[in-house]
Amino acid sequence: MHDFLEIIKESIATLFLNKLRTGLAILGIVIGIGSVIALLSLGQATQQTIQNQIQSLGSNLLSITPGSINAGAIRGAQGGATTLTNDDATAIQTSPQITDVAAVSPTYTGRVQVVAGGNNTNTSVIGVTPSYAVVSNVQVAEGNFITTQDQQALTRVAVVGPQAAANLFSDGADPIGQLIRINNIAFHIVGVTVSKGGTGFLNQDDNIYIPLSTAQEEVFGVTHLTSISVQVKSADLMTDAENQIGYVLLSRHKLQNPTQADFSILSEADILQAATTTTNTFTALLSGIAAISLLVGGIGIMNIMLVSVTERTREIGLRKALGAKKQVIVTQFLIEALLLTFIGGIIGILLGIGVSLLLSTLIKIGFVISVSSILLAFIVSAGIGVLFGWYPARRAANLQPIEALRYE
Amino acid sequence: MAQEQVEQGDNKSDETQLVLRVPEHQNYLIAGKPSSIRVYLKMNSITIDISHISKIYQTEAMQTVALDDVSFSISKGEFVAIMGPSGSGKSTLMHILGALDTPTNGTYILDGQNVEKLSDDELADIRNKKIGFIFQAFNLLPRITLLQNVMLPMRYGGMPEKEREEKARQYLEMVGLGKRLSHSSNQISGGQQQRVAIARALVMNPALLLADEPTGNIASAQAEEIMAIFQEINNRGHTIVMITHEPDIAEHSKRIIHVKDGKIIADDRNKKQKKAKRLHTTD
Repeated sequence: MHDFLEIIKESIATLFLNKLRTGLAILGIVIGIGSVIALLSLGQATQQTIQNQIQSLGSNLLSITPGSINAGAIRGAQGGATTLTNDDATAIQTSPQITDVAAVSPTYTGRVQVVAGGNNTNTSVIGVTPSYAVVSNVQVAEGNFITTQDQQALTRVAVVGPQAAANLFSDGADPIGQLIRINNIAFHIVGVTVSKGGTGFLNQDDNIYIPLSTAQEEVFGVTHLTSISVQVKSADLMTDAENQIGYVLLSRHKLQNPTQADFSILSEADILQAATTTTNTFTALLSGIAAISLLVGGIGIMNIMLVSVTERTREIGLRKALGAKKQVIVTQFLIEALLLTFIGGIIGILLGIGVSLLLSTLIKIGFVISVSSILLAFIVSAGIGVLFGWYPARRAANLQPIEALRYE
Repeated sequence: MAQEQVEQGDNKSDETQLVLRVPEHQNYLIAGKPSSIRVYLKMNSITIDISHISKIYQTEAMQTVALDDVSFSISKGEFVAIMGPSGSGKSTLMHILGALDTPTNGTYILDGQNVEKLSDDELADIRNKKIGFIFQAFNLLPRITLLQNVMLPMRYGGMPEKEREEKARQYLEMVGLGKRLSHSSNQISGGQQQRVAIARALVMNPALLLADEPTGNIASAQAEEIMAIFQEINNRGHTIVMITHEPDIAEHSKRIIHVKDGKIIADDRNKKQKKAKRLHTTD
């Protein structure tokens, strides 16, 4: 195209002529691009945070949970059944058919009210055996973890997470040696775990650990387990271990085939994948919403350009009378639309980065901004310029010069 | 290409010869004779050759005949006024002459080129290179400077930028506005705006200068000035066709064509051409 620079200069002058209208058209794109960037960043940051948390649970991990209770045609919640027992855990450890397992950690988890002096909190109390520390990668910062003696003697001792300790002893007193009441039963705190970070229901820093035997017999009055975590010897034996455990448990539960299984075995990869799928859906949903606002912004541009074409009918007629070919008119209007979306796109990208920075400090998730999302936003805004600018530009170029000149 | 060169080369000598030999307003009779003569004349002295042109507007309810079998020709160097009451078809005729519209029937040859069956872009090219427009409402773009306004047709014609600015400056000086190059059109009077429009119409050195009521929107003293410029550029060899309803203005031309009900009712040489005086050369 000849005289590109001159056309751009003229376009800027034209856009400056009606500042309010130009500003509003740009605002539509700013909001659209800004929300795309911010929401993509939010989605990616959430995904990364969840992945980090799952990975911090420990590697080479298999998690066995009971199935649902089914009464006739009514299917209960997954994990609600009481079919998983201490004997299942022992069998996994000792069965000659299972060769790939390094450690087994049976647990019973319940949410109860915990009281210490004047403070109380509602948190997860987990009945564990000593192997939990190895399998779930939990380290003790102070004192010690649940021991085999504790498990055998049903001692009333507890190991607390740093968050739980902070909730219970808000005056900053050393929790070791203190008494807490779990379901009205007094427990001595013997240890505090190292912080693993994390938020929400995945926050392991808020847990309280007690011996599994004590949990089952004294606190919750049950004989079953809520899950069995298994550490496999190495990552490439995961599938083998899964099959071996599945086979042993099926025969122990007297079930013929895997479709009847009253338990499920999940590997860390499965959990990661499930979480990734969830956050991907979440990100896609957010992007969808952002895309709608971007679309609305684009239609705003088209609207403004159509008004501009109508307003400048005489000018277009004159230009055509002076010998402007269709392409020249199309280019002129396309450049105006592109300028609008480009300016909007750049401001929108900056705004999006600002908003996601703000969000990351407000809700304490990581700040992730990928080059690809900025690139995407840029291409999309240019695309919107061409897409929504093309129709008005075409309309301008196809105006008949006499019609255009007659227009008042 | 060869024909064009011959045409340009023989410009001056043939023009005077032919004008002397053949009365201008009878050129179309000559054009009706055997083809060799006609082509020779067309290449050398005929700017506009219209034969049996009609324009019919068709709407669902009715048919309107705006032009009904009109034929005439205009030689190089003529200054023609087309007159007629409103609704006579003179605007339609101007649109066809300006390649802004195409006739329903008939042929239109402008400067040796058949205009009737051309695409929109080809017509745009014809308007750019062969026709200079002067409108009643001036039609200058207010957002750009006068200099840029005059440069516009050269931009569409693909002329190099340096040449454009030089030429635009030169033509604005010619119409006496050399000191207002960077003004915008809403800072000057109607008469001055029309002079800018004349400069813009002339920069591409068109075969035909087409003016539609050029003095319709300006004061009479300035109208006189515009007519003076028209006569001046006509004397330099430019062909001018001017549409007007004012007999006073038409008197400045050399030939007056009267149109009524889509037909030519009179086509006469104006023997008493009124000379306009140029009031001031610069302002």
